[in-house]
Amino acid sequence: MTLYDDLRSMADTEHEKERRYGYCLRVCTAAACVSQHSDSIKKAFDAEVKARGLDEQIQVKGVGCMGLCAAGPLVMIDPVRDNTLGPTLYEKVTVEDVPEIVDALAQKQVVERLERKMDIPFFQRQVRIVLENSGIIDPENVDDYIAADGYQAFSHALTSMSPADVVKEITASGLRGRGGGGYPTGLKWSTVAKASGDVKYVICNADEGDPGAFMDRSVLESDPHRVLEGMCIAAYAIGASKGYVYVRAEYPLAIDRLKTALKQAKRKNLLGHSILNTEFDFDIEIRLGAGAFVCGEETALMASVEGRRGQPRPRPPYPSDHGLWGKPTLVNNVESYANVATILRKGADWFAGIGTEKSKGTKVFALAGQIENTGLIEVPMGVTLREIVYDIGGGTPQGTELKAIQTGGPSGGCIPADLIDLPVDYESLVKAGSFMGSGGMIIIDNTADMVNVAKYFMDFCKSESCGKCIPCRVGTAHMYNLIDKIDRGQATHADLDLLLSLCDLVANTSLCGLGKASPNAILSTLRVFRNEYEAKLLDGHVGAQPEAK
Amino acid sequence: MTAPTRSHIKTLKIDGKDYSGHEEETILDIARQNDLFLPTLCQIDGLSVAGACRLCLVEVKTWNNRLVPACTTHVEEGIEVLTHSERIDNYRRMILELLFSEGNHVCAVCVSNGNCELQALAQKLGMDHVRFPNLRPVRVVDMTHDRFVLDRNRCVLCARCVRVCDEIEGAHTWDITGRGIDARIISDLDTPWGSSDTCTRCGKCVNIYPVGALVEKGSAIGEMVKHHDFLEYIAEMREARE
Amino acid sequence: MRNQTNIAAPSDDKRWKLVEATMRRNGYRPDALIETLHTVQESFGYLDDESLQYVARKLRVASSQVYGVATFYHFFTLKPQGKHVCAVCTGTACYIKGAEKLIEEVHDNYGITPGQTTPDGELSLVTVRCVGACGLAPAVVLDGETHGNMKPGQMSKELETAINKTGSAEPVSHTAIPEVMPQ
Repeated sequence: MTLYDDLRSMADTEHEKERRYGYCLRVCTAAACVSQHSDSIKKAFDAEVKARGLDEQIQVKGVGCMGLCAAGPLVMIDPVRDNTLGPTLYEKVTVEDVPEIVDALAQKQVVERLERKMDIPFFQRQVRIVLENSGIIDPENVDDYIAADGYQAFSHALTSMSPADVVKEITASGLRGRGGGGYPTGLKWSTVAKASGDVKYVICNADEGDPGAFMDRSVLESDPHRVLEGMCIAAYAIGASKGYVYVRAEYPLAIDRLKTALKQAKRKNLLGHSILNTEFDFDIEIRLGAGAFVCGEETALMASVEGRRGQPRPRPPYPSDHGLWGKPTLVNNVESYANVATILRKGADWFAGIGTEKSKGTKVFALAGQIENTGLIEVPMGVTLREIVYDIGGGTPQGTELKAIQTGGPSGGCIPADLIDLPVDYESLVKAGSFMGSGGMIIIDNTADMVNVAKYFMDFCKSESCGKCIPCRVGTAHMYNLIDKIDRGQATHADLDLLLSLCDLVANTSLCGLGKASPNAILSTLRVFRNEYEAKLLDGHVGAQPEAK
Repeated sequence: MTAPTRSHIKTLKIDGKDYSGHEEETILDIARQNDLFLPTLCQIDGLSVAGACRLCLVEVKTWNNRLVPACTTHVEEGIEVLTHSERIDNYRRMILELLFSEGNHVCAVCVSNGNCELQALAQKLGMDHVRFPNLRPVRVVDMTHDRFVLDRNRCVLCARCVRVCDEIEGAHTWDITGRGIDARIISDLDTPWGSSDTCTRCGKCVNIYPVGALVEKGSAIGEMVKHHDFLEYIAEMREARE
Repeated sequence: MRNQTNIAAPSDDKRWKLVEATMRRNGYRPDALIETLHTVQESFGYLDDESLQYVARKLRVASSQVYGVATFYHFFTLKPQGKHVCAVCTGTACYIKGAEKLIEEVHDNYGITPGQTTPDGELSLVTVRCVGACGLAPAVVLDGETHGNMKPGQMSKELETAINKTGSAEPVSHTAIPEVMPQ
């Protein structure tokens, strides 16, 4: 009997206890709901259930994100042994609602005024791999994760697969980097695996810097062990004995949950020396970011892990060969790691069967902006923007029309509404002038002024420029000034031309990917919404009218 | 079965002509060995490379016409490199324009007039006007040192002073504060240079600086001539010792 | 090698023990710099020259480099913050839903722009790049508590309540960017 079987049977025993409850009452304890006091709501449920002596029938559980953040705080009641009442979702719950909900549950009834029907596309159209445990398990309980097949893939890899087998499986799955660029994950792993040297590092990039993106935060808050397991498997595959999670300091809850998860994993010997009685040693440390978007770039991120200014350096040499402290280093983002365990458990073929020919699997998106169902979704690659915006997202708020969809954060671009039937995969998005990015999707309606939107992103790129290379440092400052001049109605065509030649310079000569991508907001809006620019120029074309209010 | 020994010597084409180089050498090394001009500002032999000024960008035809910095790109077998083209030269002039627009680079009143690398580059590359309004950042001039002056308005942020102080002198008096367009050179905790307890007053930073931002006190306009041969000697001697 | 434990803290303030603990946990290695600065800021609210100098010596990092790191990252602040910190989220979702108007409102009422503190030290205004509460956009984090769907007018009321509630009490939040989660 291996040690994993011990862990599993312990977890299953715990799980058995849970099966004796009549209902499980799940309270979302991820950041968006917590900021609306869901932690107090959970405490109120605990107290209420106990006070009524129902604590043998109703289990109250803090869980991760259920996705529909706009309707938070969310509470889900799932039947366990008692099937009188089907699964029920309550939205916008307050502490005051708690007695009423418990009352109703005791009488096997539903509080209709709080109920959110679940037979809507938001829930039905999603395919959950990365988020499979989100909103279901307790992110602070490792047994919950193990009982949901957690760490099984890692244990299986350690005991029955060679590192090369693991790399082969990930390669066969077709998984591509979920941080933005879409570099094949298997290829990255095999490069680091082949690099010479005894000391190698695994880094998890959780420096989710795109404003309007909260996928990684949500995964870390809802299912932190999934990310750790992915890192463990990667470490085994490439031969690393040390890993770092580089996470934004602005995510205190995610950091807390990660710390708890690390402690639990160490206690269970899933991290540390001779993991699960094998010869494999691996440990993970947390490193906090400190508010620098550029640290999402891998060479800048490594400089930051080393305690230095987060400035990128020219590549090559690539991190796979000369990374953290000059050693071969694997850098993947949260969502990439979160896919790994499931791929090993269910097989590369299963994963490759989801998505499109070149973009396999699913993608998590954070839907925000002018959209009804703000929140977190996971969809198979290849679904259309229409399905995301209208079916899952519920469309723009009443009375407004969709104008553009911004993807890829400040490095991405705006996709105009008439490309609504575009399939969402790496190549199609690039062809449309944007890119996948980490998964922020901002819905822009016709009340928005696109020049102003571009100015917003330019301001971001300017203040996040690290200042090392001249084109990005000085170029973004002038680009911001020029677009500001246009926005204020004081510019001419000559200014616009100068802006365009600056965009060309910065895109082609900047040191790192962030500098190179900084003109994208201007270029992508100018291509489609040129009339809005024209309307603001002193010598703009006659007849051009600003579309915005 | 033994594999044939891999050759460390690579052959490449630069501007249509054949050259060869060791795989440890960069495109810039080969260009210099063969008297091919490539503009540089942040790079200087003897210090680590930064790849920051982007002036030495060359086009590699065999890599989809990608632009790469010659100072950090090692030679590879069969690559075809272009050191000059209308596109590259335009980019280089525009980068210089950006530098000139970033601070106070009025040559006529500068002690480094006539002995300034930025001025020489502008002349050589034909950058005769600046299309961008001057950004006029307010930057403090540090006159507290008894021998030297730091005029941050003339600084091009090449970080040569930071590197020479750290890598050669070992004092690390200089660093850069802030980021982006707000970045600037500081000594110690952004405290006056004159009261620095780490500065050894060696003057290496002054001699190595490409422009008139770091100069000797009391120099008149056009008087400040810099000597940085020392760097090569020190680097060579250190290499021999290793 | 010098014994790093012998360098004494700037004062006998107990908070230095926390800072010392972070450095010790990281073996006084130079790469613990950012981690240590986080602890200093968490403990003291901001980073002053004295603390930077102390950390520099303890971790054997040049003081100019410590200063360079502390000013590169916008999470760190070298100035003490006001008793109340109002952080307006300027993430894309909040921008789209009018975060600018909220900043203008604070400026109109208190005369401060992002990064500034009122002369009486009562209120600091900061902007943050996305607190991840995009579902509640526009969001404001006031003394560590997130207020969602803020409308101009409504925020002024919240600010007034917060300031009147504590009067001249101790600072409510120490971090430059208040936490979304009360810990």
